[in-house]
Amino acid sequence: MTATTAGADRRWTRRRFLAAGTATAAAAGAGTAAAVTRGGSAAGPGPNPGGGDATVAFHGRHQAGITTPPQARLQLAAFDVTTERRHELVDLLRAWTSAAAQMTAGREVGATGATGGPALAPPDDTGEALDLAPSRLTITVGFGPGLFGARRGTDDRFGLAARRPAALQPLPHFPGDDLDPARSGGDLCLQVCADEAQIAFHAVRNLARIGFGAVTPRWSQLGFGQAAGATPSGTTPRNLMGFKDGTANLGAGRPDLLDEYVWVGPDDDPGAGWLAGGTYLVARRIAMHIETWDRSSRAEQEAVFGRDKRHGAPLSGGTETTVPDFEVTGSDGAPLIPLDAHVRLAHPDTNGGSRLLRRGYNFADGTDALGRLDGGLFFVAFTRDPHRHFVPIQSRLAGGDALNEYIKVTGSALFAVPPGVTGPGGHWGEALLAP
Amino acid sequence: MFLTRRALALALFPTAPLLAAACTSAATESADGGRSGGGSDGPIAVTSTDDECRLAATSAPAGAVTFAVTNDGGQVTEFYLLAADGVAVVGEVENIGPGVSRQLTVEVDPGRYVAACKPGMAGDGIRADFTVTEAGATATTVGAERAAQLATATAAYERFVQTEAAALADKTGQFAQLVIAGDDEAARTLYPDARTHWERIEPVAESFGDLDPRLDLREADLEPGQTWTGWHALEKELWPPAEGYAPLSPDQRRNLADKLVTDTDELVARVADLELTPSQLGNGAKELLDEVATGKVTGEEEIWSHTDLWDFQANVDGARAAFEALEPVVTAEDPDLAATLTERFEAIDAELGQHRTGDAFAFYDALDPAQVNRLAAAVDALSEPLSRLTVTVVA
Repeated sequence: MTATTAGADRRWTRRRFLAAGTATAAAAGAGTAAAVTRGGSAAGPGPNPGGGDATVAFHGRHQAGITTPPQARLQLAAFDVTTERRHELVDLLRAWTSAAAQMTAGREVGATGATGGPALAPPDDTGEALDLAPSRLTITVGFGPGLFGARRGTDDRFGLAARRPAALQPLPHFPGDDLDPARSGGDLCLQVCADEAQIAFHAVRNLARIGFGAVTPRWSQLGFGQAAGATPSGTTPRNLMGFKDGTANLGAGRPDLLDEYVWVGPDDDPGAGWLAGGTYLVARRIAMHIETWDRSSRAEQEAVFGRDKRHGAPLSGGTETTVPDFEVTGSDGAPLIPLDAHVRLAHPDTNGGSRLLRRGYNFADGTDALGRLDGGLFFVAFTRDPHRHFVPIQSRLAGGDALNEYIKVTGSALFAVPPGVTGPGGHWGEALLAP
Repeated sequence: MFLTRRALALALFPTAPLLAAACTSAATESADGGRSGGGSDGPIAVTSTDDECRLAATSAPAGAVTFAVTNDGGQVTEFYLLAADGVAVVGEVENIGPGVSRQLTVEVDPGRYVAACKPGMAGDGIRADFTVTEAGATATTVGAERAAQLATATAAYERFVQTEAAALADKTGQFAQLVIAGDDEAARTLYPDARTHWERIEPVAESFGDLDPRLDLREADLEPGQTWTGWHALEKELWPPAEGYAPLSPDQRRNLADKLVTDTDELVARVADLELTPSQLGNGAKELLDEVATGKVTGEEEIWSHTDLWDFQANVDGARAAFEALEPVVTAEDPDLAATLTERFEAIDAELGQHRTGDAFAFYDALDPAQVNRLAAAVDALSEPLSRLTVTVVA
């Protein structure tokens, strides 16, 4: 812990922080005197042996947390905007941007951090991230349809209806959806990822705190992937059904495909030029019927996915990375990869080449009312146009995927993800909310 | 209703024929852990390449023999164990993709056989002689006796399915008349009773992929543009929601009721020449309990009528009929499993019995959470051992 240097105003409060968003953003974004660095003192512990000291750059043309190699933990929080005043929305986004830049750099929130403020005031930073390494924290913001007036019919409280992205239409009902409104939708979202769960929680908590008065939390989802070192590097992670998930995912190694399938282009949407360089985030809470799945034979499980369980090879043969051969048939004339196998229906070849950048996490939310494990896959995907790429794929899956017998979608949301903040002084809402 | 897709998947991922033509050998492809009986040491490794068929052993004692076949070639391959004439198939495992391994377990009598790999799945394949030696009298007797027991089991269950389908058609006809006549009260009384016969044989009905959506689709599972027909459309009509529902016209009622009858008659026709395998019985029993777990115990099947417990009991009845048909084999192979299943079927019936008066059950929305939890616990307690049924009777 280094000492605070914010002596000029030791009575910094959350309210002030919000009101003075501009100044804070500038100061914090610059990473200068107003920042308090966590865990950097000579007396503190040394660098995290697991590499937790690494940070992910907050500023850039695109937001972090999209092509960033997946961290071990997710907390995705959705909010409803309660304020009716546009300038309060702007202030909120400034304050959030500033705090997000601080936290992702491993610094404490606010001008006085966790312990630098007056003893009689609640600390700016809640403190549970003290001593923890930055853990590759990323914070990615998304704007829901409600921000543009859709949630309340014709009400366009922020004057943004004309800038609403054409593709930011609610997703259609898919067969088998059993959506819980308390796990769906939202005016704003924060996708928070880190290699350490407490770092992610700390970020959501402090951002929610900053937001009181302007937003109210709507839902939040915790997710986990594989911690660094748990598997050899390059191993495809497994979902809770025990199958490798993401073998053919769109990675950061193909910038040409990212421009084609992930980033919104400058000419994609004349009414929403502000979204250029951004993307859309689709979130789906896919609950698994874990108990019935566990009672199905391995032959059936492999037929459902169309892949071998241990190695992930397609049933048409080869190894995990072999391209599935959907044409090859067995002696009975039936394809080796069944017609309703997940890999067949989700594959780009079946979907006109469409690809998604998936960034899902497993989740386990205790047990349901019947004593069953409430676990599954919290599917997160980034796409240039959800209605062109995600909806057709999902419609195909909802109609015929063998996996449907073992899953139920209980939450769903769609957000437009603005482009990145390119430098200190900017904020997440600057393109959208420019006068 | 979710099971349609799995039934389809299983149809496309077939197990090898369970009963060889001569009825003296039983064979099955198993995913792993296949036994090799008669005193041999574990599975016999078979490596199939594009031009070779290498067997780690060319003989085995009589009884259950397991081959672990690995395809090291570039083409899809098959492995056969043929009778001495090189023609009659004793057991086969098909569709082994490059790099993939599969196991084949066969019950074999002493004698001379031919093993064959068939890369490319055409021609006579690459053949090698295989000898089965004496292993004492018991093994071969068991093989023949087992095959006969399984044949009896499948025949019994086929009759069960046909009887239930006929009862379903009968009551569906009566139900349709009541709906058309507008006698809603009588129709509501008959609804869960008639559906009992559907729910008892649901996995079989679902194996005819097109019939199930026509007869049993739930509103939440409708695809865009799909026309809603079947039991649940009439369920909503008979138990309409308080708001936002426009009652059907007399013509619409008649059309839905007539279609229900036509589709049910088609089901009866299709099960007339039904031929089931032992693994279909075992999987069907498991699927019936899956249905209970994901649809009935959660109250999602009958969201308007809340008659889920009738369906629940019927699914359990159907699973029990499959188990009882297979029980002699289960008792011989795994007496503990047989005892556990018997006990847990009784336990679940007792739990359901608490909500039963005569032939009628409590409505799902009248159950309190603790009662639902006890039912769910009974389902899990039964389902877990029941999921071992297939592998026990066919391995």
